Amino acid sequence: MLQLDYVAPTTADEAVRALGGGQAKVLAGGTDLLVQMRSGRVRPQRIVDLKRIPGLIGVREEAGGFVIGAATPGAVLGEHKALVKAWPGVVEAANLIGSTQVQGRASIAGNLCNASPAADSVPAIIAARAVAVVIGAKGRREVPVEAIAVAPGKTSLAPDEFVLEIRLPARPARAGDAYLRSIPRTEMDIAVVGAGVNLILNPDGGVAEAHVALGAVAPTALLVPEAGAAIIGSKLDEAALERLDAAARAACRPISDKRGTADYRIKIAGVLARRAAKIAYQRASEA
Amino acid sequence: MSKRTHISTTVNGDPVEFLSDPGVTLLDALRDELQLTGAKEGCGSGDCGACSVMLDGRLVCSCLVLAVEAEDRRIETIEGMAQGGELHPLQQKFLEHAALQCGFCTPGLLVASKALLDQNPDPTETEVRYWLAGNLCRCTGYDKIIRAVMDAAAELRQARRVA
Repeated sequence: MLQLDYVAPTTADEAVRALGGGQAKVLAGGTDLLVQMRSGRVRPQRIVDLKRIPGLIGVREEAGGFVIGAATPGAVLGEHKALVKAWPGVVEAANLIGSTQVQGRASIAGNLCNASPAADSVPAIIAARAVAVVIGAKGRREVPVEAIAVAPGKTSLAPDEFVLEIRLPARPARAGDAYLRSIPRTEMDIAVVGAGVNLILNPDGGVAEAHVALGAVAPTALLVPEAGAAIIGSKLDEAALERLDAAARAACRPISDKRGTADYRIKIAGVLARRAAKIAYQRASEA
Repeated sequence: MSKRTHISTTVNGDPVEFLSDPGVTLLDALRDELQLTGAKEGCGSGDCGACSVMLDGRLVCSCLVLAVEAEDRRIETIEGMAQGGELHPLQQKFLEHAALQCGFCTPGLLVASKALLDQNPDPTETEVRYWLAGNLCRCTGYDKIIRAVMDAAAELRQARRVA
């Protein structure tokens, strides 16, 4: 049996105070934390449940963008029509995590702070240029989501800090995103490689802005500016896709493990970046 | 010993109260404190779905929920599925299609299937298979389970048309 203390604060400031003093863990959906506690990988003395803080579960539109409460489960994202329309890639990435049961609990912020290199939603929110609003004893700060994870299982957050919400920027016309992952089966698996692409097109159909992020090919999910730059101005012709593929492969620093060799991951990263870019382009053309 | 917390919640429509240590899962509280042993522990890590319950109308693995989180929430378990001694059509169809052998996964599959049909009365077979991907069965394989769910969905649609 675990010996610990559980608190469910109703304000963010209370939660920050409850986190002070060390050996505390925040609880959102619990789909990583409870598994890690059971295995003994983490042994918190206190659990700070964020779900009773107003706004921590739910999606709201603000200044044309979206604010996703840190404990919002994937199922809620999938049911939010405006969010799905504006950010289909982000939502499909979040909805790939685990089973229907896991979708009832697991959150994007939890996926981000668990800091797995293979987290499905993370390349998608990095490509989306999302920002995490972090709160702690020293106040609030806004952090680009790619700066949260620093190594497998490790984040840049101080012990008394937690992610309050994830902010997705306002969406202009002719914008689209997509996320693809490679797994050996069709469901219930961990990404061998993941690729998120977010595009904004010019009126003539040329790529005006491109953001590409890769998962499971380095100790953390990677933003790959060279891959985005490789397709600027193009209409995703074969030459542009080849440049994208090469830039994606060049950014990979994967390990070999039971799920895939380093060589395989590098090759597939290029393939998925191409395919995700094509889907994002199609979506942007129709948006 | 940690301090035991007093929990007030609703299970299958009834108000219930129990004491729990903070580290105890909802699954263990249901089974050990409330003697609701329909939900099963298969893996304890959210992979098998045998402990599926509804929490505030959402399908979850009760092994990945702390009992203390249930304060003021609404829980529905397999024990609430049959009404007045009458089996739910899903339960009846699982029997007719022999969609179980040892039965360990069955409560979770029934709770998960009902969650699907409550929000999607006319799912495709593919939708049923994806929805139930987090419910593992190590005996029958899945074909009979899927057929039972599809048949129950058809019967529920028919019943709705008649009503």
